[in-house]
Amino acid sequence: MSPHLVVPGNPARPGPRREETAAPSRPRGAPTKPRGLSAGQLADRLFRYAMLACGLSVIAIVVLIVFELFQGSRLAINEFGLKFFIGTDWDPVSGEFGALPFLYGTVVSSLLALVLAVPLALGVAVFVTEICPRPLRAAVSFASELLAAIPSVIYGLWAIFVLVPLLRQDVEPWLQSHLGWSGLFEGPPYGIGMLAAGVILAIMIVPIISSITREVMVAVPRQQREAALALGATRWEMIRMSVLRNARAGIVGAIILGLGRALGETMAVTMVIGNRPEIAKSLLAPGYTLASVIANEFSEATGDLYLSALFEIGLALFLVTIVVNALARLLVWSVTRGTPARAHAQ
Amino acid sequence: MPNSASAYGSDYVRWRRRLTDHAATAAAALTTILVLAPLLAIFGYLIYRGAGTLSWAFLTRTPAPVGEVGGGMANAIVGSGTILAIACALGVPLGVGSGIYLAEYGRNRLGNLIRFTADVLNGVPSIVVGIAVYALIVLRQKHFSAFSGGVALGIMLIPTVTRATEEMLLMVPHSIREAALGLGVPEWRTTLSITLRTALPGVITAVMLGFGRIAGETAPLLFTAFGNQFWNLRPDQPTAALPLQIFAYAISPYDEWHRQAWAGALVLILLIVGTVAAVRLIAARGTVKGAA
Repeated sequence: MSPHLVVPGNPARPGPRREETAAPSRPRGAPTKPRGLSAGQLADRLFRYAMLACGLSVIAIVVLIVFELFQGSRLAINEFGLKFFIGTDWDPVSGEFGALPFLYGTVVSSLLALVLAVPLALGVAVFVTEICPRPLRAAVSFASELLAAIPSVIYGLWAIFVLVPLLRQDVEPWLQSHLGWSGLFEGPPYGIGMLAAGVILAIMIVPIISSITREVMVAVPRQQREAALALGATRWEMIRMSVLRNARAGIVGAIILGLGRALGETMAVTMVIGNRPEIAKSLLAPGYTLASVIANEFSEATGDLYLSALFEIGLALFLVTIVVNALARLLVWSVTRGTPARAHAQ
Repeated sequence: MPNSASAYGSDYVRWRRRLTDHAATAAAALTTILVLAPLLAIFGYLIYRGAGTLSWAFLTRTPAPVGEVGGGMANAIVGSGTILAIACALGVPLGVGSGIYLAEYGRNRLGNLIRFTADVLNGVPSIVVGIAVYALIVLRQKHFSAFSGGVALGIMLIPTVTRATEEMLLMVPHSIREAALGLGVPEWRTTLSITLRTALPGVITAVMLGFGRIAGETAPLLFTAFGNQFWNLRPDQPTAALPLQIFAYAISPYDEWHRQAWAGALVLILLIVGTVAAVRLIAARGTVKGAA
């Protein structure tokens, strides 16, 4: 806001500025300017402060978010302490608030999504950067950009009416008859449940992981590839030995960024996970996540303690995603550092 | 590297290496097809299910009561417009401003702190932004409003715009800045009319990409804009938004509402794809030149 408030004000008084700049020297102790600044310098300084204010507002917003989350959850923190995150009972009516089922649901659905998404995302990244013929490359990257642009709620809508019936009728019975011995696929195949959440999350995070992996792979110096090829490596050997190995840390970073997105994803998961606060071993059983319990229960939370417990869940989600994202950024940065120019040029 | 002429003979090794190479190529191509399949499936379904319900009435009417056929999402479309306008009015100036600070003055510890905070903000789950804004604005005003929804989305827009603006400004060659300063143009004027002007296509691209992202956000609006079945043009009242309406209809038990949800989703996706396509066009026309 502030730049636009300050900047238009300046051309309104160009007279004094021109006078000052026209004067060849700034005599010491110029009587009209108490701080020894010309109008031009003053404008520069004002502009700089305005921009600084914008920058500081970013920090202020994050501080405010943290403050409000702490403020909102104070009641629950005082009441339950750390017990909050090991309690397995979530029964707002009788005043019992244990968040473990949500933690479990968030972690399991996200890990499931990673297991499904990582091989696919790496395959796409390798295909686009190293294998894909040039004319096709733009089309494929445009398509994956589109995939990233589809809103969460539309993924959820599609999952409810297309993915869930598919899982219920075909995939889950198949899993039960072939992998039933693992104990992961017990119980009736509702379609809705942890598996559906994992699959839709996987579809959503593939574009994120693959686009960052692509960025990291492009940052690997061309000489590395040429050296491998000159030694007689096949294309796959070149990819494995020079590209993937050099980009390793960045790829891990990309995966963790995908994890961060999966942990905080709300709408699509809420629409298909079943929303039942239980810890079940079976992936076919319904679950609940940190984000979706907030989405479902926040607006109808009766009582201060209930609302406060939901705030504490939000705070936990916030802290977890911050740590995960910071770790990921650090890893991506360790690979792309020093090569931004090349990354953009290619 | 299996390069030695061992007992197997080099033929075997060569065949095995070539086979692995082909297998890996095929696997990479296959995963790409697998990943793009949901994209086609989603767009296909949106058009197949949505186009039938999409009509002039859908775009101009408010929701019909349960049990009645017809009605539309006009109020949600206008509501989304209001909320997004508020979000842009907040997010774009702050984002561009802090991007300018980072690029022009931010080579220091404070700059790094702002950069890091922007990345942190970018990673905050949207639902968390929603409840924070609820506590910040809705609780104090005692009612849901389009304004608070706009603030929540605006907060989500800031980091995208900030980092992209910085990146684009840094791509502008120093010689252009020096030329302007050498002509006696004040620094602020150089930054605004020369540097920012040169980087403008890139900045616009970033703003529109960010816009495309927040346009479909639902979670931050659940407890801020809240939704509304009726017309509301006042920014201090609960307001309908397209994603909220889609969500409410999708999880409802009524077939008619499901149809409406598909049509709403089609409108939303057209809005977003339109933005992304426009971005491509702008980016292709006039990216920052001379940076390489």
